[in-house]
Amino acid sequence: MIHLKRAFYAILRWILGFFRVLYQSIHLALSQIWANKTRAVLTMLGIIIAVASVTAVIAALSGLKAKILSQVKTFGTNTIFIMPTRPDEGPKQHASWWEIRFEPEQFDDLMEHCPSISKLGRQSSGGRHTVSFRDRSAENVNVNGIEPDCFQIESRTFLLGRPLSLMDEMQTRQVCIIDPRLQNELRLKRDCIGQQILIGHNAFIVVGVIEPRPSSPFGDTGSENYEIFIPFKTNLKLQPYPWIYAIAESRSAEVSEDAVAELRFFFRRTRNLEPGEPDTFRVESLKSALEQFNQIAIVVTMVAGGIVGISLLVGGVGIMNIMLVSVSERTREIGLRKAVGARRSAILTQFLIESVVLCFIGGLIGIGIGYLLTQAIANIPKAELDMAHIPWQAVAISFAFSGTVGIFFGMFPAIKAARLDPIEALRHE
Amino acid sequence: MASNHVIITLQDVRREYNLGVECIHALDGVTLELSDNEYVAIMGHSGSGKSTLMNVLGCLDRATSGSYILDGEDTTKMSDAALARVRNERIGFVFQSFELLGQLSACRNVEMPLIYANSGWLSRRKLATEALERVGLKGRMRHKPNQLSGGEKQRVAIARALICKPSILLADEPTGNLDTKTSREIMDLFRQLHNEGQTIIMVTHEADIACHADRIIRMQDGKVISDLPTAEDPASQHLKATHTKEAQA
Ligand SMILES: Nc1ncnc2c1ncn2[C@@H]1O[C@H](COP(=O)(O)OP(=O)(O)O)[C@@H](O)[C@H]1O
Ligand SMILES: [Mg+2]
Repeated sequence: MIHLKRAFYAILRWILGFFRVLYQSIHLALSQIWANKTRAVLTMLGIIIAVASVTAVIAALSGLKAKILSQVKTFGTNTIFIMPTRPDEGPKQHASWWEIRFEPEQFDDLMEHCPSISKLGRQSSGGRHTVSFRDRSAENVNVNGIEPDCFQIESRTFLLGRPLSLMDEMQTRQVCIIDPRLQNELRLKRDCIGQQILIGHNAFIVVGVIEPRPSSPFGDTGSENYEIFIPFKTNLKLQPYPWIYAIAESRSAEVSEDAVAELRFFFRRTRNLEPGEPDTFRVESLKSALEQFNQIAIVVTMVAGGIVGISLLVGGVGIMNIMLVSVSERTREIGLRKAVGARRSAILTQFLIESVVLCFIGGLIGIGIGYLLTQAIANIPKAELDMAHIPWQAVAISFAFSGTVGIFFGMFPAIKAARLDPIEALRHE
Repeated sequence: MASNHVIITLQDVRREYNLGVECIHALDGVTLELSDNEYVAIMGHSGSGKSTLMNVLGCLDRATSGSYILDGEDTTKMSDAALARVRNERIGFVFQSFELLGQLSACRNVEMPLIYANSGWLSRRKLATEALERVGLKGRMRHKPNQLSGGEKQRVAIARALICKPSILLADEPTGNLDTKTSREIMDLFRQLHNEGQTIIMVTHEADIACHADRIIRMQDGKVISDLPTAEDPASQHLKATHTKEAQA
């Protein structure tokens, strides 16, 4: 028992001693670094750049991801986008937009041929009109024709009134839904439902006010512009040849791949594409977009990781160099410390901790600069990076990397210091 | 004095530097015995092996052959870590060029050996303060070495050497970088420390410094050529002669 107790106290003393040495060494390292501030900062540059860039890249990626996830939350993962595009190859490669546009009839009977689709909403846009109310007007407003299901698929919320109904659509009623910014611009009443506004020269009755859309990473959806929605067919009367696209919803997220396949098959037929001819449209599920993003994110992370790896290497070599200089400058000091009883391990720890502290400070500055970069990135207009933020994992990774670099590249100089012969070290000029 | 127990025993200690073309015998069979509370001066020409002997005594260097027993323990068989501990706990070293760390205050310089003795912050401060008081530098705690005179620097170095209460204080030419007056002050300090019970071994090539010790060991070519109480050593006789001459004049 007594032996155990003694062993316990011995271990306790050893641990206490260890922390004391740690504290001592950190204190010493800080005062050394403080004594050579400029040199230290220049040395840390590599680490600073590496850490700053890794933090900024991670912050940008996680911001983008957060953005996309928030989109997915509003759309739902079973949302599918359908839009015309020029193929990358084949005779239609250089086709005009006019040739590849969707025509309203190309969607006829879609629901019967695509059993995995539960909802479909066609949208048309392209017409810019002056919208006015009494003496107030807004120029160049993008007027969208939509089918009733569109808002359901997008799950957008209404601030006032109701969505467009099937009756509005069937009877090509002259009704519209506006966003609050347009409401303000035209100085409509607070409760503007039932008020009549002019789109071009046609009178429309406001039936609803919709909450503005959050900006989207899938392109400019007009978040900066006023939004005004009228029934799809009513829009066809205003402008007979609009730009048409659609959003659909699959019955569940699991069948979204099937739904995409069915839609492709359907449109290839209605658009009279020959076998082997490339698609002149795109059918994209949000799920696949998410997967695509994840793949891009991996590539970006790997590229960034490579850059960071190289700059860490360069930074590490810088640290090693400066530590070697430090060891040779302080040879006499090392000799003296050994003469008064420092063991090899104590000298080794001292220099190792100095290089780790140097790297940690570099890491800290790097994270600070990374934070500033992130703020800058988040404020780039239209870059969709306003949700960029530094996740705590990035901070942890940065510190882990700096620490590792400190230990790895500090080891050789530290061993060199520890191995010095005290007499020769004291004789050093 | 004879009743004091022996703390250092050197038995045929050799230290050779093998330079390939020739082999230098820096210590060529030194046999010595030193007792507790002795005050010894080691004299000799430059290159006679004084520093080498001090380094071996201070466990900074190992003898090529022979045995060195310190406080009853054979140091020749000790590991490097054990020797570091011996240097820390039982030996205080004073150098000709002080060897203070420029960026540290006097107090922190004095504390340094205690860091490797694993002692806590408070006791370090306390012991350092005491040690500085002992060497008469009470008011110089916060001064950096470049704010101190040569004599004061050497006092700080002595305080550092004393802080772990070593069995022996080793001083290799402690007055080599000091003027006559300051040298005398340092010698007075050594005398005071010796009176308080400190065992001191110092190296010097100046006769008037050596005369402050109780025993003078003379070396030549790595060998001890004479080992006498100060009164019987030619140095003191020579000194006496000059003193009487001065008195007559
Ligand atoms: N590291 C070394 N390598 C080779 N020779 C050395 C070394 N250190 C000392 N010596 C030689 O050993 C002899 C004794 O040197 P030292 O003890 O320093 O003399 P001193 O009495 O002047 O202090 C000298 O001849 C010196 O050249
Ligand atoms: Mg010498």
